[in-house]
Amino acid sequence: MHEIRWHGRGGQGSVTSSKILAEAAFRSGWCGATAAPSFGAERRGAPVTASTRIARERIRVLSQVTAPDVVVVLDDSLLSVANAEVGMKPGGTMIVNTTRPASALGLFGDFRLVASDVTGAAEAAGVIVGGQPIVSAAIVGAFAKATGLVSLESVKAAIGEAFSGSAAAKNVEAARIAYECTSCDGAAT
Amino acid sequence: MTTRLMTGNDAAATAVKLARAQVIAAYPITPQSPVVEQLSRWVEEGELPAEFVAVESEHSALSVCIGASTVGARAFTATSANGLAYMTEQIWWAAGARLPIVMCVVNRAMAAPWNVLNDQQDSMSVRDAGWVQLYCRDDQEILDTTAQAFRVAERINVPVMVCYDGFLLSHTMMPVDVPSPAEVDAFLPPRTAPLQIVEVSDPRNVGPVTPADPREDADGALQPGYMELRAMHNASLLQALEVVPAVDAEWSEAVGRSWGGLVGEYLLDDAEIVLVAAGSLVTQLTLVAETLRAEGVRAGALGIRCYRPFPADALRDRLASRALALVYDKALSYGNEGPICGDLKAALYSMDGEPAVYGAICGLGGRDVTLEHLAQAARDALSDLEAGVAHRAPVWIDLAEGSMR
Repeated sequence: MHEIRWHGRGGQGSVTSSKILAEAAFRSGWCGATAAPSFGAERRGAPVTASTRIARERIRVLSQVTAPDVVVVLDDSLLSVANAEVGMKPGGTMIVNTTRPASALGLFGDFRLVASDVTGAAEAAGVIVGGQPIVSAAIVGAFAKATGLVSLESVKAAIGEAFSGSAAAKNVEAARIAYECTSCDGAAT
Repeated sequence: MTTRLMTGNDAAATAVKLARAQVIAAYPITPQSPVVEQLSRWVEEGELPAEFVAVESEHSALSVCIGASTVGARAFTATSANGLAYMTEQIWWAAGARLPIVMCVVNRAMAAPWNVLNDQQDSMSVRDAGWVQLYCRDDQEILDTTAQAFRVAERINVPVMVCYDGFLLSHTMMPVDVPSPAEVDAFLPPRTAPLQIVEVSDPRNVGPVTPADPREDADGALQPGYMELRAMHNASLLQALEVVPAVDAEWSEAVGRSWGGLVGEYLLDDAEIVLVAAGSLVTQLTLVAETLRAEGVRAGALGIRCYRPFPADALRDRLASRALALVYDKALSYGNEGPICGDLKAALYSMDGEPAVYGAICGLGGRDVTLEHLAQAARDALSDLEAGVAHRAPVWIDLAEGSMR
């Protein structure tokens, strides 16, 4: 089983990301897939988490993800407040949406660090709501490239399920760009 | 049949649509709201030919369902926690009036202190009101059980609560097989033979004052008194012990999936310690039983699917000659013990091969219940059993006593 924890801000779309990944995983052939918001009071702008679990069999654990294999950070301003690396399994992967190089993030631990400009991908694809680029779908493209756990095709299909019309098309394009601009190597920290 | 990823709330709403509910009345409350938001969208879009009544309170929500059900409609509502408490008067009315209403209770902690997260204190607080109560282990069971609930309710003219854990299931997405409308139509015919119906051409007084003793009505027929009506109600509720498994079997025939009827069991055959619970904990306890077996302990899990009526015979049958039953309750009868634990002790009392029964309280107000918490509670219980403890006070799992003043 792979356990993924998403760190975002209330209203930024981490719950949407967790659901798109679960859908993409299911479509990629993982027959066990669950997605859940953090169970707590949520306020716009405050740090929040969501989780996805994917497995080859039915998932029977429903408690919160406390030892993630993969951590995804939707916004690098969270790194100073969210303790995103807490509980990570040794040798895990952390994916950070940032314009800075991985070496400049000040993160150290037994995990692989992948830095990706997902906001840039969302802007390039025109995924702008209320003047702000929205990365909730695009970052699943970065996840697909960085981990290899789901295919880009399944991510696109899952985004098509989550959005409709032109929003779907733009988010699919943003995920494609994020996929292309993400390294599958990452840096050891 | 198609498989889709959906939340428990989506699964409930989907079942209500497939069941062709005719009147839906609700007031929003977390974590229930997405159920009726989805249903109201379907009604608005013309996908569900039902009357959706937005009301000003939960008391009114169930009142609307009572009115609708009285004139023969298939009625549905959903609520949680304080919303359920606010409709308590009508919960008793719906049961006593023998109306086959279905209500999803999305289990949430009772205030005060204020908390929107999961436990089962809300539905447990109305377990004695005369409804059938069914508890679900995952999102698939929510869909299947909600559809089955209409059949059960209409078979015995008793309302049914479908209870499922807030957030842990209500907001967690997982794969769910969705049967086709034709499959569900074959399983669930339109509501027939309502016990109590009002026709415009035949106006009647519904719910007159009923004396304690039987008496002759205006036509000279002997009518039951209040006690007789209550005994009849209880007899009908007890019929659910046959009807719930029968309906589950019919569902299995229609869509190919069964949930075990009254109880669900896992690795029970040779189990010496049996882990007992209701709701999503049962799903986690199947993993805990595996963990304990890997440690050399013969453990199994027993889930209570039908909590009211209480399946005493089924539980006696499954628990005879075990060493220990450990009951995990997400509720407490304050000043006593966990409700399931107390009921189980009473059901097993003085039976041949009666196991020791210990209780553990967990997960109140959304406290995370991990597999390790559950397993450690089982290991501790086995130590107490080996030490010869016959009667044990309820244990509180993961209680931070250092924070208590």
